Amino acid sequence: MSEEGIVKKFMYVNRKSPYGTIYALESLEVVLISAAFDQDVSLTFTDDGVYQLMKNQNTDGIGMKNFSSTYSALGDYEIKKIFIDKESLDERGLSLSDLQELVWEDEDEDYAEKSSINLVSRAELSEIMSQQDVVMSF
Amino acid sequence: MKYGILINEGPYQHQASDTALQFVKAAIEKGHEIYRIFFYNDGVNNATRLATPPQDDRNITKEWSSLAKEHNIDMVVCVAAAQRRGILDKGEAERNGKDSDNIEEGFRISGLGQLVEAGIQADRLITFGD
Amino acid sequence: MSMLHTINKSPFENSSVSSCLSMCAKDSSILFIEDAVISVMKSTKFTEMVENSLKDFRIYALKPDLEARGLSLNNVIEGVEIVGYDKFVDLTTEHDTVQSWL
Repeated sequence: MSEEGIVKKFMYVNRKSPYGTIYALESLEVVLISAAFDQDVSLTFTDDGVYQLMKNQNTDGIGMKNFSSTYSALGDYEIKKIFIDKESLDERGLSLSDLQELVWEDEDEDYAEKSSINLVSRAELSEIMSQQDVVMSF
Repeated sequence: MKYGILINEGPYQHQASDTALQFVKAAIEKGHEIYRIFFYNDGVNNATRLATPPQDDRNITKEWSSLAKEHNIDMVVCVAAAQRRGILDKGEAERNGKDSDNIEEGFRISGLGQLVEAGIQADRLITFGD
Repeated sequence: MSMLHTINKSPFENSSVSSCLSMCAKDSSILFIEDAVISVMKSTKFTEMVENSLKDFRIYALKPDLEARGLSLNNVIEGVEIVGYDKFVDLTTEHDTVQSWL
């Protein structure tokens, strides 16, 4: 489904925690669709967006669907560039061990599982952001 | 230049749709092309023709509709987001067994792929939301 | 590649303004719209932060949003450029990518 061979760098920036608003869920829906277009897709989690990847989410008590397991499928959609803002984790007293592990399988290395997560500083993130063609923020 | 516009908030509650409208008018004024306007999240609520704001207030839906008609702009409402929020065209209403549709003239319902495609085809994608 | 960042939140409401200022690459441009125009006023607790960021960024504020809120153009921080929707459009063409800090 590529559009006449155009490949652009798409970055989806997630800055909101899940459930309080629908942005996290509907952002994820766009991300999954975009995988079908053979574009160069990356995801950034910053500010309260880092809470989207928390382990042990349990929505039984609020009557909403727990969609956190969907993130672990990103690797199957060839979405393997996930950037997490270290400062946002630090500010919230979190570390990578509080978040889900996201992996992709490298076909060239006998389907070895590799981590999709890149912990980055704000300086690195601003550099990565400025290389994008399309930035969508939810 | 070719623009894709993404609108993520409904009318009235938030200024996003108003800002988008002013931006799009200014862009057209300058001779730019609006490749597509995509309505997502609560932005799909911009498309209901059943809204009846007070007469001394602006009617945002009508403004979008007439702008699109005048300049032949493709306005797409995300089907998944629209189904959640009860925005239906005739086909969707029939498919889902609903007694009526409510989409304003000039809007069409389609998939999220139309947003990604706008990102690919347009020179700039500008998001308006909350 | 050059970026234009738009922000629409009051700095008193949430951290979008400070996040954007700390995450934008140098030489980016930042346009304050909607409730974010409050950020560019003198004598607020955020004035100093915005004044300091003028060293790294070009900063713009949308005039119709300032006027709508009764914010005097004379009280806008020096160095912030006050623009209309037409210049908003020009800014999006002059930069390669636009990011909206929602």
